[in-house]
Amino acid sequence: MKEKLIEKGLLIVALSALGSLLLIALFIFIEGMPLIVKVGLKDFIASTHWAPTRGSFGILPMILGSLAVTLLALIFGGGLGLAGTMFLAEFAPRWSVRILKPLIELLAGIPSVVYGFMGVVVLVPWIRQTFGGPGFSVLAAGIILGIMILPTVIAISLDALNAVPLSYKEGSLALGATRWQTLYRVQFRAARSGIIASLILAMGRAVGETMAVIMVAGNALLIPTSPLAPVRTLTSNIALEMGYAAGDHQRALFATGVVLFVIIAVLNTIALLTMRERK
Amino acid sequence: MISRPLVVQRVVWLVLAVLTLFTLAILIFILAFISARGARVITPEFLFSLPERMGKEGGILPTLIATIYIAVVAIVVATPFGVGTAVYLTEYTRESALTRIIRFGADALAGVPSIIFGLFGFILFVIRLKMGWSILAGGLTLAVMILPTIIRTSEEAIRAIPYQLREVSYSLGGTRSQTIMRVVLPNALPGILTGVILGLGRSVAETAAVIFTAGSSLRIPRTILDPGRTMAVHFYILAREGLSMERAYGTAFLLIVVILLINTVAYLLMFRLTRRLK
Repeated sequence: MKEKLIEKGLLIVALSALGSLLLIALFIFIEGMPLIVKVGLKDFIASTHWAPTRGSFGILPMILGSLAVTLLALIFGGGLGLAGTMFLAEFAPRWSVRILKPLIELLAGIPSVVYGFMGVVVLVPWIRQTFGGPGFSVLAAGIILGIMILPTVIAISLDALNAVPLSYKEGSLALGATRWQTLYRVQFRAARSGIIASLILAMGRAVGETMAVIMVAGNALLIPTSPLAPVRTLTSNIALEMGYAAGDHQRALFATGVVLFVIIAVLNTIALLTMRERK
Repeated sequence: MISRPLVVQRVVWLVLAVLTLFTLAILIFILAFISARGARVITPEFLFSLPERMGKEGGILPTLIATIYIAVVAIVVATPFGVGTAVYLTEYTRESALTRIIRFGADALAGVPSIIFGLFGFILFVIRLKMGWSILAGGLTLAVMILPTIIRTSEEAIRAIPYQLREVSYSLGGTRSQTIMRVVLPNALPGILTGVILGLGRSVAETAAVIFTAGSSLRIPRTILDPGRTMAVHFYILAREGLSMERAYGTAFLLIVVILLINTVAYLLMFRLTRRLK
């Protein structure tokens, strides 16, 4: 009898994470949907004019801004991350992997505000001097985000590579292939779904990152036309204006949250399904 | 004469090594850059005195207190839920549609961006439940945020315990809950602590989710319903408003040192657990 009660109680506890997720979705949608309905979904996401205190709610510049910085982050962080993964998986000596892996995980622990700050004091001035423009730019945000997603890319794709059965590798080596040929023609292909999942999850992190982006992206309300142009992302839009928004303006920020939530939900579901497929 | 594929392999090795070292160099550069400018700012006076003129001068005592206060609330709330979920998933069920849904919930929650947690905490805790900007609202928001971390690490730790240990308990007449409380959880403790400590690290580092739920008041929070400004939020405001670069570097240095310490402890605990079970 008592055991049964404990089991029931634990089931309720076990539903806490799922319940929280649903509650988050519920509240963001309750607050944001009325405005999307009022403005019209098409006008909300396809109009370029954002002047929330005067009744203009178009978030197209922010959607494109998020897209631009995320793609740049993926090129930079994805490339560097996969290179690191391959090196750690096959070429680095054992003893060094034991040191390098925790060190790279440390990158994940550094607070995002510190990354943003490094962007402001090092990267932005460098971009301004080297390429011109204000420095606060798509490029700066893309590079900082690229560094921030490195640990995600490396941790998950390394797991995927290590999960490839040893017999695949041995078979290939026995046929006379070099370790590099084996790595990119056999192991990489076998671990493909995990590696893709790592990149999609990293994309989700880049789209969702807020504080670091606010500090380096310049936050101008323009559709970015060059990597050196300042840009405002969906997340920055919320965080910049939450402090003083009220009424429809505040609801519009929640509506921005709805769009962000949907993008993240799609990305993460794809990633989780891709990873499950592997098992 | 070396064959062409081996030459290619040499070149690839070199390129990958350089890129990996570059990744490492970024990490070392960040740590060195902040340490070189921030370490000398840290004095007992800086740590334990009140800020003056919005943080331009003086110390950071209130932000230290608010950070600890909020992180403790988050951990106290999230740990029972996280460990309970892990126990349910490992000890009470087989793989089924239900466990898949529970795991999906935890994984999906882990992917929610912190600004969304901020919006959620603001509307539910601060506004609807009328907690106002407070330690409580901030702590509860962070509790939801770190829940997946605690679930995942606890589950791994519990799964790592050999089944024989449980069989011994059952053979002595122990019930399931007795077995869990006296055999499973004590043995999994280092792993569970790892999850809790990682959650602590995330709480200390977080900005977007706390700035809209705990506020940014520079007073020392006394009760759980007072607002408070955490170290990370204080650092953000110092840096963004250009109040004092010197103090921004100092606060950044302190943040990094605290988080490195926290993560190192978590890592060593996990290392000890996995070694003992082998």
